[in-house]
Amino acid sequence: MIDFWIILTGALVASCCGILGVFLVLRKMAMIGDAISHSVLPGIVIAFLISGSRESFAMLLGASLLGLITVFLIQLFQQSGVQSDASIGVVFTALFAVGVVLVSLNARQVDLDLDCVLYGEIAYVHWNTWSLGGIELGPKAVWLLGFTLLIIALIIGLFYKQFKLCAFDPTLAAALGIPVALFHYVLMGLVSMATVSSFESVGAILVVGLLIIPASAAYLLTDRLGAMLIWSVSIGIASTSLGYGAAVALDASIAGCMVCAAALLFVLAFLFSPKHGLIARAVRRSRLSQRQAV
Amino acid sequence: MIQHIVAVVADPNTQWILAGCMLLGLCSGVVGCFSYLRKQSLMGDTLAHAALPGICIAFMLTGTKSLLLFLIGAGISGVIATFGIGWITRYSRLKSDAAMGIVLSSFFGLGIVLLTQIQHSSYGNQSGLDKFLFGQAASMIGADVYTMMIVCALLLTVCTLLFKELKLFAFDAGFARGLGYPTALLDQLLMLFIVIAVVVGIQAVGVVLVAALLITPAVSARYWTDRLGVMVVLAGLFGALSGALGTLLSSMVQNLPTGPLSVLSATALFGISVLCGPRRGVLTQAIRTARLRRSERARLRELSAGTMRKEAAS
Repeated sequence: MIDFWIILTGALVASCCGILGVFLVLRKMAMIGDAISHSVLPGIVIAFLISGSRESFAMLLGASLLGLITVFLIQLFQQSGVQSDASIGVVFTALFAVGVVLVSLNARQVDLDLDCVLYGEIAYVHWNTWSLGGIELGPKAVWLLGFTLLIIALIIGLFYKQFKLCAFDPTLAAALGIPVALFHYVLMGLVSMATVSSFESVGAILVVGLLIIPASAAYLLTDRLGAMLIWSVSIGIASTSLGYGAAVALDASIAGCMVCAAALLFVLAFLFSPKHGLIARAVRRSRLSQRQAV
Repeated sequence: MIQHIVAVVADPNTQWILAGCMLLGLCSGVVGCFSYLRKQSLMGDTLAHAALPGICIAFMLTGTKSLLLFLIGAGISGVIATFGIGWITRYSRLKSDAAMGIVLSSFFGLGIVLLTQIQHSSYGNQSGLDKFLFGQAASMIGADVYTMMIVCALLLTVCTLLFKELKLFAFDAGFARGLGYPTALLDQLLMLFIVIAVVVGIQAVGVVLVAALLITPAVSARYWTDRLGVMVVLAGLFGALSGALGTLLSSMVQNLPTGPLSVLSATALFGISVLCGPRRGVLTQAIRTARLRRSERARLRELSAGTMRKEAAS
């Protein structure tokens, strides 16, 4: 049963991140995902200090707000002439430092250690259950992640066409009257929500791995957005399950093994993808040169 | 307040930490300028995360904690990481940001797996290796600072000697290649500089925040000047100043780590630069706009007065 809950939690994290990661990779904003996952830390700590519990919707809200502030600040500095790379770096490191300082200041009264924030505690997921009227309803983390996944699926599903157009051709989308900036911020809000609800399970830093790696592997495997979403989610789920197995076998960090498994699957896609893989390209090139020689 | 600062500076333990943090800020500020101009600011972040498995493997192989060995281990894994990013961007259709994200997170994941392996197995001397994640400037000792001094002196010397080459490379790599400069070598050299700055910084500031010392002072310096020489000196100064401020602040309040405070000091300096920088600063721009508006308004008033006078005359 413990294994089941851990794998289910991993699968939920992978689905949330896999869906959003696709849009981040397509819009070339992978590092903004990284920035958000670091800078939600002060939001998490402040919400935790106010509400006093880890799985609260207040935390979700606080951190989403922080994510939006991050994106806003990054854009503000970019518009004032700072390079986009550098403005990402300045903003997220500053916010992360604020978070670390807040945690250290309240280390005594806060049961929120940095290790948990960084690596997550997916192994303890099943201890923290939610019961309603005496009935055990399963781990809180699963409920929180399920809720987040529902919101993500709902918003992406309702505005699929708009998100698709914004991902591939923002200029055309703007010309057609789609509020591109609004969708940008909605996407960023969803990314921060996904980060926050996953941070306890896999840790704030390794969320980045699950956001970017499966989506990038999916990008190498298909040319269609729908197929890419499915590939990304299934690669994510495969890597969390594989990673959990490896972690049990090696007695190592579960979150670390999950990201390593995702990296392994990415390398496989990079080498053996039927269309964009390294080997397929080499074969195509050698065939072409043979034909030219004839 | 001032008494406290004097007491802190007089304390020999704090002197080492202060010296170490200032050296670190100086080096990373200087290196950060070049990587900022090469539009590779986030490379520092990536290489910092990528250094973790190298450090862990260096520790597993030797069982000792020494800055030099960690430097070698982190250097090797940093080089592998840069090659990884290069391969992904060259041989697939993924862009550099995705490539950086992939390399960063997979190396960091590997590093965390190795770190838990170290913690679970019987490496006697392991306590404190996890301090590398967030840094613990207080653990810096004299020997570390000596190593840092040598490394920083070497780095600054090479930067000064190759200043002209690096300058051209940073601004116009294509032109540099056209002139016959070994740009691939310069690129690798710059990566090596970043790795060195990162590894030197990891002990004091930690893997996650060391990138800030590479990026923030350089961006702040950019607000004050348009000349590379001035920018490099300013960024070095800003870096050293934020290292010193971080150390002093953390010695005043208990439980506050030095690294994040140094980063926040650097951010505060950045904020001041954004507001007050000549030409680009927000305040100076506002003043200039206001002045321009006033002079234009005066000109308009004079013009309209002139036309009215003419109309009256006709």
